[in-house]
Amino acid sequence: MKVTIDGQEIEVEAGTTILQAARMIGGESVPPAMCYYSKLKGSGGKCRCCLVEVAKGSDADPRPMPKLMASCVTGCMDGMEVNSKQSDRVREARQSVTEFLLINHPLDCPVCDQAGECDLQDLSFEHGKSKTRFIEEKRTFEPEDIGPNIQLHMNRCILCQRCVQVADQLTDNRVHGVMDRGDHANISTCISKAIDNEFSGNMIDVCPVGALTDKTFRFKSRVWFNKPYNAHRECTTPGCCGKTTVWMFGDEIQRVTGRKDVYHEVEEFICNSCRFEHKDPSDWVIEGPREFDKDSVINQNNYTQKLDTVHIATEEGILKGREQDRKKISMPAIPLDKEQEEIFKKGNL
Amino acid sequence: MSIETISLSGRKKVVSNKEMTFFERMYLIAIVKGLMITIKHLFTRKVTIQYPEQVREMSPVYRGQHQLKRDEQGRENCTACGLCALSCPAEAITMKAEERKPDEKHLYREEKYASIYEINMLRCIFCGLCEEACPKDAIYLTTSKVLVPSSYEREDFIFGKDRLVMPLDIAMQNAQLKNAN
Repeated sequence: MKVTIDGQEIEVEAGTTILQAARMIGGESVPPAMCYYSKLKGSGGKCRCCLVEVAKGSDADPRPMPKLMASCVTGCMDGMEVNSKQSDRVREARQSVTEFLLINHPLDCPVCDQAGECDLQDLSFEHGKSKTRFIEEKRTFEPEDIGPNIQLHMNRCILCQRCVQVADQLTDNRVHGVMDRGDHANISTCISKAIDNEFSGNMIDVCPVGALTDKTFRFKSRVWFNKPYNAHRECTTPGCCGKTTVWMFGDEIQRVTGRKDVYHEVEEFICNSCRFEHKDPSDWVIEGPREFDKDSVINQNNYTQKLDTVHIATEEGILKGREQDRKKISMPAIPLDKEQEEIFKKGNL
Repeated sequence: MSIETISLSGRKKVVSNKEMTFFERMYLIAIVKGLMITIKHLFTRKVTIQYPEQVREMSPVYRGQHQLKRDEQGRENCTACGLCALSCPAEAITMKAEERKPDEKHLYREEKYASIYEINMLRCIFCGLCEEACPKDAIYLTTSKVLVPSSYEREDFIFGKDRLVMPLDIAMQNAQLKNAN
C-alpha cells in the first residue's frame, strides 16, 4: 500500500497505522504521541496529540475524512494522503490539545525529576503557548505512597494509561489502575496497596510525564548533569534482558533506566533488581556513551563525539585559509586551466 | 602580485631609510606641529572626572554580586532546578538538591531546595545568563559595587549559600516596604 504523508510517499504493509508509517519516514512529519507506545498492545487513542488531516481517504474512496484523525489508531489505506505538520488545521488542533493537557498540569518542571526527558515538555515546546488562559484552580490530589521505589505525583498525570497497560501486559496481577471518573479520574492502587512486582519499575520508563518517577533518584540530580552510558549485566531475572542505560555522576551510578529510542520508547523492558538494586559501577559492564537527539538537553556538557585537534597555522592560515577549506571552496565542476592550477597550488591566485 | 605581498588592510607601508636634510634635522616644523596638537586638546571635552566628588552614572544593565532571593515570607525561592548551572557559559555554578522536610516549610518555598549552592567567582564572568534562565526569580545580579572582594586563598572565591542568600532582615524590610505601598 502506498501512503503519502506530508508529500512523502512510502510503501507500507496492510494494518500499519498512520503514525507507524510516519515513523518509518521519520523527520518533521512524525506526529507527537503521548499515550501511544509501540511496545504496548492496545495503547493509543487517548491523548489526541497525534491528530492528522486525511486529505484523501484512499484510491477507492478519494473523499477526505471530515474530521482530524488520531494517527496512532487509524490504519493506512492504499493511496491515502495525509497532512501532518504541514497543515494549519492540524497544528491548531495540536495546540489546543496541548493547552488542554496543560490545564491541570502543575507546571512544576523546576522541581520535577522528569524535566529534560519529558514528552509533555517537548510537546509544549513545539506546540504550546507561553501563556495560560485557565484561571480556575487546578485539580490536585492528596499525595499517595505506592511503594518504596516508585514515586507517584498524581497532579502531573495526563491519564495516558501506559502504566496500566504495562502492568497488564508485563505482569500477571495488576494492582493499580484508573480510579473514579471524569475530572476525578486518577491512577491509584486500591487501598494503598504497594506495587511490588518485579517489572513494576517499567511504569517509570513508559510514563511520558513526571507522574511516576524513580524514588531512588528523587532530587538527586537533573538529567542533563548525568552522563548516560549503555551498560549491561548478567541478569538472572527471567524476562529481563539486562541491557540498560546507567546515568552516572562522577563514579556514582545515580539512576538506571531502560534504553530509550528516538521516540522515548524503551527498546527492552528491564527488571526492578537491575533498576533499583544495582547502583554499583562494578555490577555493570559499560559499553560506551549513550547518544541522544542532536537537540536534546541531555547532550549539554557531554562531549561524546571525539573532537579533532585544531591546528592553526597563523601565518599561512590568515592569507590563504586552511588547506581543507581551500579544497571546499574550489569547484571541481569548473576545472582550472593548467596555468591557473599551478598558481593555485602555490597559493598565489 | 602574489598573495603574500598584498596589503589586505590597505595600511601596509614600505619603510624608507632616507637620510634627513639639515632643515629636517632641526625639527622646527615637527615641534610646532606637536605643540598645535597639545593646544588643540586644551579646548576639547575632558574625558576624566573628579572622582570622589563626582560619580559617574551607572549603566542600567550593570551586573554585580549575585544574590539568592527570598520571597515576602522569608522563604528561599531557589528550588535547585539547575537551569542557572546549565546556562552558565563559564560552568561556575554547582548545586545539590534536597527534599524539604515537613517542618521546613517556612524556610523553602518549594518541595525541593538547594542544600548546596556554590558559585566559583573566579570563573564567573557576570554575564547574567543565570538570572535570565531562573524560572523561580531566585538568582539576581545586584547593583552592588563590590564585585568580588580580594583574598589570598582560592577557596575564598567559592561563594556558598552563606554569602549568596539574601539576609533575612533585608527580606523582612522588603516585605514591609511592599505592605506599606
